[in-house]
Amino acid sequence: MFRSQNRGNSQPRWLFSFVVVVIFFLSVLPLGRLAATGFSSLFNGGARALLSDPVVWQAVYDTLTTSILGMIAAVILGGGFALLLTLFDVRGKTALGFLFMLPTMIPPQVTALSWIGMTGPSSALLKAIGMAPPLGSPQPLYSIGGIALLYGVQNAPLVFLSLRAGLLALPRDGVEAAGLSGASSWQVLKDIILPLSLPGFVAGAAIAFVSCVGNFGIPAILGIPASIYTLPTLIYSKFAAFGTNTFADVSLLSGLIAILSVIGLTVEERVLRGRDYRVIGLSGQVAMFRLGNWRLIGELVLWLAIFITLVMPLTALIASSLAPAYGVPLTPTTATLDAYREVLFKQSITRTAFTNSVSLSLATALGLLVVTVLTGYYLVRSKSRLAPVLSALAEIPYALPGIVLAVALILVFAAPIPIIGISIYGTIWIILVAYFSSFFAVSLKPVVSAFRQLDPSLEEAARLAGAGFGRRLVDIVVPLVAPAAGASVILVFLIACNELTVSAILWSAGTQTLGVAIYNLDDSGSFNLAAALSVLVVIMVIAMMLVLELMAKRLPKGVVPWRS
Amino acid sequence: MAKLILNRLSKAFETGGRPAVNDVSLEVRDGGFLALLGPSGCGKTTVLRMIAGFEQPTDGSILLGDRVLADAGEMVAPEHRNMAMVFQSYALWPHMSVADNVGYPLKVRGVTGERRSTKIREALAAVRLEAYADRRPADLSGGQRQRVALARCLVTEPDVVLLDEPLANLDRHLRQEMEETFREFHQRSGATMIYVTHDQAEAMALATDVAVMSEGRLLQVASPQEIYARPEGRLVGGLVGQGAIVAWPAASVENRRLDWDVLQQLLSRSHGADCADILIRPQDVEIAGEGVPARVTSVLFEGERYALKLALGDEQVLRAFSRQPVKVGDMVAIIIRSAWRL
Repeated sequence: MFRSQNRGNSQPRWLFSFVVVVIFFLSVLPLGRLAATGFSSLFNGGARALLSDPVVWQAVYDTLTTSILGMIAAVILGGGFALLLTLFDVRGKTALGFLFMLPTMIPPQVTALSWIGMTGPSSALLKAIGMAPPLGSPQPLYSIGGIALLYGVQNAPLVFLSLRAGLLALPRDGVEAAGLSGASSWQVLKDIILPLSLPGFVAGAAIAFVSCVGNFGIPAILGIPASIYTLPTLIYSKFAAFGTNTFADVSLLSGLIAILSVIGLTVEERVLRGRDYRVIGLSGQVAMFRLGNWRLIGELVLWLAIFITLVMPLTALIASSLAPAYGVPLTPTTATLDAYREVLFKQSITRTAFTNSVSLSLATALGLLVVTVLTGYYLVRSKSRLAPVLSALAEIPYALPGIVLAVALILVFAAPIPIIGISIYGTIWIILVAYFSSFFAVSLKPVVSAFRQLDPSLEEAARLAGAGFGRRLVDIVVPLVAPAAGASVILVFLIACNELTVSAILWSAGTQTLGVAIYNLDDSGSFNLAAALSVLVVIMVIAMMLVLELMAKRLPKGVVPWRS
Repeated sequence: MAKLILNRLSKAFETGGRPAVNDVSLEVRDGGFLALLGPSGCGKTTVLRMIAGFEQPTDGSILLGDRVLADAGEMVAPEHRNMAMVFQSYALWPHMSVADNVGYPLKVRGVTGERRSTKIREALAAVRLEAYADRRPADLSGGQRQRVALARCLVTEPDVVLLDEPLANLDRHLRQEMEETFREFHQRSGATMIYVTHDQAEAMALATDVAVMSEGRLLQVASPQEIYARPEGRLVGGLVGQGAIVAWPAASVENRRLDWDVLQQLLSRSHGADCADILIRPQDVEIAGEGVPARVTSVLFEGERYALKLALGDEQVLRAFSRQPVKVGDMVAIIIRSAWRL
């Protein structure tokens, strides 16, 4: 009964081929196709027309200014919050951390809508309290500064997380040693803590920059009315005005986005690579300073930040959703639930969007789980040198902005699929494929961490008991990684349900998603309907985040993205 | 069932360095109980994992009877070897009850219904855990978990049972009880057992044969009595039993078992003679009215006797027992009843 399994490996041979095929189709093929189209149009001269177009360079300039300003705002907000919350003895840390992380999980177009509802002459909230600016005065957020500010709010949690992970690992004994050698608290902060946390700052800033560059929802809602185009919205408008050169143009434009993103990701990776010193000392014990009389002020500052970045915009959003029409003042007598009735029961478009988003997200979350359990198993158990390469390839589609991937998939599927001759372009299936590719890394991460924690002898015992690969998977491995698998499903569902960028490019009549529906409602002037739908989405986000938060104790470290 | 044969077995890991297992040849007779003894990192666990099928040898082969289990080219997967193993970490599946853990090998083999539950009951009875069948492993103590792991081995009548330092995580009191359980298990099942340990007392107490390994090589295989009485080389001598290794001018003597007359003679006409390592067990050192002078350097009261360390004139250290109390610094005269040239 010979089986030529190498080196007592626990995997059947087909597993490696399976993983290679999966990663080829989800990552290598679309991105390779995009690169090929980009290069060919670069060398065929088709690029000259595009690259000499001042609109493109204006978009690059606007992308860079909004992203850099947004990054600075995110660093100030997220960095300040992380320092205050982690290093000082403020109360209510868990609640503050959770609330601060919320904006990153709220879809960007919803963030944009809620801030619009909070400012400008038509704000239902401002009108209700009689503070609205006079009619005709401009909406201040329709500007470079407005886009940058919202980038900052949306991405501050990324800086917060990155910095907090570093700060939590700071050895308390090192801080105490500095204190014993006579340094004052301020000196300790300046000489020990800030230098040690610099990598966290830089990495957080870099990842926030990448996220800003690829953001679609915020510039689409705030920029397009003011004729400010960033690269993602320029791509969107190119698709809207479809022409002969569209494919070549958008592949070059998304190439530009990819280059900017890769610069940011490289900086992040470089900085974090030098972070090995963080394991020295008794980590886990957080360095903490007493604020004394200042504590109340510190807490006030933190809650004020939450109030301004989260509570006020969401209140404005709710106010807008209750107002009978855009611009009509909201009073207890005019308040109405009509908008909710409209989006939930009357409008077939929003109902289709609900069905589409929920079924797409469920299919993605559950379908990916099957793929990622097998892939994760291979990546953790394999001793092959290819495993880290495959692991990196699996990460790329999620690391790159969604718009790049959407364009890449259009290029792959614009023509009918060879051999079977069916075209999925314009159907819901292309969105499903894009979700699989985009959220593969999201689904993979919790599963891989769970496999890493699994004692290999549990599986070895099953092998000696006579159980083959499939049997072990079903009886032993899957039940043991079940909590992480559950988290993976919820996480993918949450992110896929809120997604706009990918579906904004890939949708067509009948296949719109929730993100697209919100955007289209706002675009067509039904601001109260857009607000109502957004409120429902925010409620769903918060509910699912709370479920994950409750599960967090049973999950491996690093599975729940907003906990560190 | 048949003999387990390791034939010039070697294993080098891809990381390079010296091979983890180097040219190990060994036969374990059917129904034998072999202890693989050695310090940590000596390759004993790698040998065990190769027998189980978790590692493939880079050279040599493993045979069960005339069936080749593994060589450098091919190997039978662990799931087809009909072996069982008790892991150091117990490796019980936390999501299954005790009975399900024990019954899993039967479930995989398609044994169902009454036959399966009877077998599970018997296996649990053999380790005296019938009352715990419905508990989860997390609710059991360390010793109980180990017994569940053992019952899981018992249930399918495997050809070979492998035990990887099964007592390392238990306290001393439990170890003795478990040693008894293992012995009983061996007698009852008649399976060939291979037991990896770094604790020589455990190896001597349990096994019918002891194999001593160091740095990937096999140093000696023999029965516990034999290996205690006639160890080969300094490493085995130092590892097995208590004893002191002393350089004595004994290189020229033919006989390896040396009594006091010979030792005395050697010492008196020694000047210039080549020295050899000899092993002196503490029970062979007698404090007498006459003999070689020695100074007491440490005294440890053990209850039934005192354990002493003695320094000879040239500062070499011996171990000895004494029924009478002695003090550190006392001078005594000793006679060495018996010694073994290594």
